[in-house]
Amino acid sequence: MTDQEVKNKIKTEEYFVNMGPQHPAAHGVLRLLLTIDGEIVKNVEPDLGYIHRSIEKMCERDSYQQIVHLTDRMDYLSSNINNEAVCLAVEKALEIEVSDRVKVIRTIISELTRIASHCLWWGVMGMDLGALTTYFYAFRDREMVNDIFEETCGARLTMNYNAPGGLMYDIHPNFVKRTKDFIKHFKTKIPEYDRLLTGNIIFQKRTKGVGVLTKEDAISYGVTGPVGRGSGFSCDVRKHHTYSAYDRVDFKEALLTEGDTFARYQVRIMELWESISIIEQLIDNIPEGSVKEPTKAVIKLPKGEFYQRVETARGELGVYINSTGTKNPYRVKFRSPGFSNLSVLNHIAKGSKIADLVATMASFDFVIPDIDR
Amino acid sequence: MNFLTMNIPLNITSTIHDWIYSIMPETAASITIMVLIAVAYLALFAVAGLYLVLLERKVAAWFQLRLGPNRVGPWGLFQTIADALKLVSKELTSNDRIDKFLYNLAPYFVIVSTLIGISVFPFSKQFQAFDINIGLFFLIAVSSIGVIGILVGGWASNNKFALIGAMRSGLQTISYELSVGLSILTMVLLTGTLQLSQIVEVQRTGGWLILQGHIPAIIAFCIFMIAGTAETNRAPFDLVEAESELGAGFHTEYSGMKFAYFFLAEFINMFIIASIAVVLFFGGWLSPFGITDGITWFPEVFWFLIKVLVIIFLMMWFRWTFPRLRVDQLLTLEWKYLLPLNLANLMLMAVIIWMNWTI
Amino acid sequence: MKNEDLQNIINGLAENLEFTTEESEFLNVLVPKEQLHAVCNQLKSNPDLKFDYAFCITGMDWGKELGVIYHLNSTEFKHEIVVKVKTEDRENPTLDSVHDIWLTAEFHELEIYDFFGIRFNNHPKLRRLFLTPDWEGYPLRKDYVDEANMIIK
Repeated sequence: MTDQEVKNKIKTEEYFVNMGPQHPAAHGVLRLLLTIDGEIVKNVEPDLGYIHRSIEKMCERDSYQQIVHLTDRMDYLSSNINNEAVCLAVEKALEIEVSDRVKVIRTIISELTRIASHCLWWGVMGMDLGALTTYFYAFRDREMVNDIFEETCGARLTMNYNAPGGLMYDIHPNFVKRTKDFIKHFKTKIPEYDRLLTGNIIFQKRTKGVGVLTKEDAISYGVTGPVGRGSGFSCDVRKHHTYSAYDRVDFKEALLTEGDTFARYQVRIMELWESISIIEQLIDNIPEGSVKEPTKAVIKLPKGEFYQRVETARGELGVYINSTGTKNPYRVKFRSPGFSNLSVLNHIAKGSKIADLVATMASFDFVIPDIDR
Repeated sequence: MNFLTMNIPLNITSTIHDWIYSIMPETAASITIMVLIAVAYLALFAVAGLYLVLLERKVAAWFQLRLGPNRVGPWGLFQTIADALKLVSKELTSNDRIDKFLYNLAPYFVIVSTLIGISVFPFSKQFQAFDINIGLFFLIAVSSIGVIGILVGGWASNNKFALIGAMRSGLQTISYELSVGLSILTMVLLTGTLQLSQIVEVQRTGGWLILQGHIPAIIAFCIFMIAGTAETNRAPFDLVEAESELGAGFHTEYSGMKFAYFFLAEFINMFIIASIAVVLFFGGWLSPFGITDGITWFPEVFWFLIKVLVIIFLMMWFRWTFPRLRVDQLLTLEWKYLLPLNLANLMLMAVIIWMNWTI
Repeated sequence: MKNEDLQNIINGLAENLEFTTEESEFLNVLVPKEQLHAVCNQLKSNPDLKFDYAFCITGMDWGKELGVIYHLNSTEFKHEIVVKVKTEDRENPTLDSVHDIWLTAEFHELEIYDFFGIRFNNHPKLRRLFLTPDWEGYPLRKDYVDEANMIIK
């Protein structure tokens, strides 16, 4: 019997499986309704809203300083970068020029945040694929970054260090030394990560050729961040629409063309190296200056629309503020990277196996509060 | 007195055997002895299972740069007793749409097959419960029964995830039994006998089998370790219970004592695979270079357990380092790579024996 | 490409387009809703424009009208533009879907439907994304009232 004849004789049925909101490996509360035929996934329908907190509606009621505090609950792994986005938007609207010291410190803290986020991503990716030890190794390094943040910013996860006009307060005297120690320690750790996971043949077989995303699809679906860069879409906001101190440092944009899970993995590892290089270039020469430009206590933006984009660890975060001149914004929209990245999941997961879906989702690095806002 | 030739009269088994036969009529005595052996093995099963769990947790902690359980008792030694008490006292939940008979029957399949499995191992010259002349063959046959328990458990749970997990496990076990059997067969060519105590005797006179067989024996050992890890559903072949993918696989719906049965059976299976490896490749209860041979049972049991623990440590090392294989990659590995390699190795061993090139 | 050149090219694509650059850092185009799909198609496929990356799709309630704001970017020429479309109908607002032009619009339009109630023609499966299917009302509209869940200062 030919293959086709066998298929016609054996009747199979598709069935629905819930990769439910409570899931040992879910990256948050995401419900995926899978239609599966045997082991092949036929359709993926995400069901969102489990952690929707109507941040955009709350922003219409709050003042501009209060909006900053809402943003770091969105993508809590890049909380500093989210705060920076709103502060930059407000400063662009008020035409405030912050001092160099503020720009450099903001850049260093953003890059440390990116390193911490990628550390957690690496640990979780290993754990999703079965290498359970990677989680502990990654958290050991992330703890060091969290300790630095706790000393300077006062919190480990939701920092709120940026304020419109500059920073909340100056950096702690230990900040420079601890950051340099961390960089020295971390540079010996990334080769360890490579030995543990990247070079492992089982890992490579699980990720190469899996979940391929072409460049045209990436642009059309608006997929940015390491996912887009793994497919060849050059979208690094730090290069194309520079902000803060990124114009005075020298770094490469991690760009690969294969578009599979392994390429996305390698892009993030390359970004870890680039972040270390950026911090090294800036940490020794933090210029003197004021850390906060004076702003009015009640900030009122001029009438108009303002858009600011930043590069979080997940991709391009856009803040759109529509103001009518009052002390609250009229409409705030957060263009979240996770939302666009999730929309492409159905397209690339069709026809793959359940295990491949898990590997693909791990490489996308979803943080569901970012998608749900 | 020369310590090595002193034969301390501590023949426990023959002492007890004679004593019981002297105080009871024959049938009652033989039944009593069987019951005693069964109780001893159940105790061994429980203790070994529980302490292997603790060992796994400590080894995992060591790999993950943390301490592991160390509060309950010194070095956490009483942790497993606490865990056992907890599991015994848990509520046996189940939903009302399960197939009651099969659901309750499933754990017993896995336990009975592992218990029969450990009964044939020679822990020392005297301590072997069941020394039959088809020992290895019997062992492989009995360990295949365990997979029925998994399939039945997954089906009876009336749960899609459990069913997927059980199906995956079924096909994984059936595929890798081939490799296990063929690698064992490769070594049987060297020994010429299937009886386990005889296999250890062959190694006492000629040296450990892995050295006698050199190249094909080493290849057979590697294949046996890979296939053995896959047989027991341990990482990197643990997609059956892949927590990150499908809840908890086939034992999602089990709780309390029934879950404990599945859980312990996995660890005892690991013990069985390690014991087969030790008996077939590393000399069973013999000491390296024969330093303590002849001194009754105590050092022999000690050497056996040490070797088994080393192999178990190796299997635990696999689990905490490697990511998981996908199910089609697992099958590809077996059918396209391990099976042809095994067959070629078997022929190589046959050629080496025929040409008398063994050490 | 400069804003004036963009304006000239796009002006030729349809009638009744309003351009403005006040109060915004981009060139804004207000498109009548009947011509939305045609204009967007031209914006993507025209070899001088090639707006292939829709980086932000926002729903908006201007008080009297509802509408959608598209921020577009061209990855090849690196120019950017903002397209706005409005509808006065607040009972049953409908607009054309552009998900066949920019695939990202499929999810963004679901969000806009969820929060503003704007229905999109030709959308493959319009459903509520964040809120539960039996939710009444459209929260991000300015006239949305919900005593239980909203805290007004």
